[in-house]
Amino acid sequence: MIVKISDNIYSPLGVTTKQNYLAVKAGKSMSRLYSDRWQMAEPFFASLFEEGDVDNAFSLLGDATDYTDFEKICILSASRAIADAGIDASASDVQFFISTTKGNVSLLDYRPEKISADRVLLGVAAKKISEYFGNANVPMVVSNACISGVCAQIMAMRSLMSRRCKYAVVIGADSQCRFIVSGFQSFKALSQKRCKPYDATREGLNLGEAAGTIIYTIKEKEDIHQEDWIAVKGAIRNDANHISGPSRTGEGSYRALMTALGNEQAENLAFINAHGTATLYNDEMESIAISRAGLSSVPVNSLKGYYGHTMGAAGIIEPILSMHSIDDGTVLGTLGFESSDVSHPLILSSHNTSTDKHAFMKLLSGFGGCNAAMLYKKGDAL
Amino acid sequence: MIIRRWIKLTDTSVSLNGKKIETESCGHALLTHLYRERNDYPKFFKMDALSKLGFIATELLLHDESQRFQPRGDRAVIFIGKSGSLADDTNYQKTIADKDNYFPSPSVFVYTLPNIVTGEVAIRNKYYGETCFHVIDELRADKIADIISDAFQDADTTSVVGGWLECSDEEHFEAYLFIVEASADGQAPEWNKDTIREIINNN
Repeated sequence: MIVKISDNIYSPLGVTTKQNYLAVKAGKSMSRLYSDRWQMAEPFFASLFEEGDVDNAFSLLGDATDYTDFEKICILSASRAIADAGIDASASDVQFFISTTKGNVSLLDYRPEKISADRVLLGVAAKKISEYFGNANVPMVVSNACISGVCAQIMAMRSLMSRRCKYAVVIGADSQCRFIVSGFQSFKALSQKRCKPYDATREGLNLGEAAGTIIYTIKEKEDIHQEDWIAVKGAIRNDANHISGPSRTGEGSYRALMTALGNEQAENLAFINAHGTATLYNDEMESIAISRAGLSSVPVNSLKGYYGHTMGAAGIIEPILSMHSIDDGTVLGTLGFESSDVSHPLILSSHNTSTDKHAFMKLLSGFGGCNAAMLYKKGDAL
Repeated sequence: MIIRRWIKLTDTSVSLNGKKIETESCGHALLTHLYRERNDYPKFFKMDALSKLGFIATELLLHDESQRFQPRGDRAVIFIGKSGSLADDTNYQKTIADKDNYFPSPSVFVYTLPNIVTGEVAIRNKYYGETCFHVIDELRADKIADIISDAFQDADTTSVVGGWLECSDEEHFEAYLFIVEASADGQAPEWNKDTIREIINNN
């Protein structure tokens, strides 16, 4: 079975998973309105690192001018997860997987002298990251829009199952820049206020930047500890409908949910940690898919109000927070949510509630009609 | 696992299952030429270069498949490349580079995601299965073999349309795509890194 041995979240809310979890549990968010960054044509509401913070933190690890912001937050996050796991990341049985939507795209806008032009290529940037840790294996990058984080975990699980590696370091990150913000603005997808997932008055999403790392290994069932977290089953499915609009029937999300769920009973799930971007279409589509999958009785939450949409990081940091919340007997509230108007009713709450269940489902969807779901279970619930 | 069919489409040549398809054009014009010769799917003209490449290559690969366009959930679309969406990223960047000539467009921005081409192929062929875009540092037959072989760990997947899909700019591209099936068939080439390398280098 595929077992998590450590994790880290590096975000504007904190540099450890614990700091992040406690901040989210307390209802905190660093999202705010930016009217001066990157000379954008109009202000935008986002969760960003304060200028200088990443470089200051990185100065303990190396020369900040040798790496881009995206590479630095990946290395900062992975460093802590690797230290916690107690593994030698340079070993030949360790494989790096990187989830990112836009990686170093900001280099097209501005490229510092010390950064070579080919770093805009995701495979080259990924090598810079894995080589920092002395790892000689070719790093694998998944760039599958907003579902990349779960896809990278699925790739890691498959490699572990094929015994191609013993440890999989899965890093998800995106760094915000003019390129991304202007694109989402052109789509009219951004809210100028804190996003309100599933809420009747939701106006769009907030962008965010963060990095997250999960390190997985493979264990026999008899070696699983009660406290272990297991990535049970993941699935990626397409809507085969539209490249930028979700399916009206939630086809891909429904199919991904059904496959990831397998024989698991809905009553065993503490919650579905949904995508919940707070765009009109996404949240409505998810309500349809969840209802079709027979999961309307399972509480749903979205963490976008705390972090914004962190793109390549979302599929990593949101499951990490979900695992830690279950360890704490908690279903995290959906910050920004007040009252729902999605067509298929969902069990949503703006505040934290308690749970004694030890499994949850992660759901994501993205442009290109892609959808992903993953079932996670704690060792004592197997 | 076996290779049912394969296509090699580069900016200078096209061959299907090792048989050369004669064509007079090259670069971007080659894709348009192949489209006009064989297709009627006007969405083609809205696509970026990477999606056009993936669309034309899969059209050639799938054109005579029986039961085509019947909705199916057992076929995955899995591409691996080096440049991802860089060609369209570069185009989009031009629309925001100048404050006095600022015209970001959602129809350009959407293609700055490398996986959009997997969605285009899924929409065209009504594939509800897995779709994914992977990026590695350079063309590596062993990684292509591993990624696509591993995809069959999803019990719903019986067949994969996928392989190397690389477009560094509108005039420079290469697609080495395969239909890979889980079935055993003594007649068909086996899906492994050596066959992939041989097909890319020779056929």
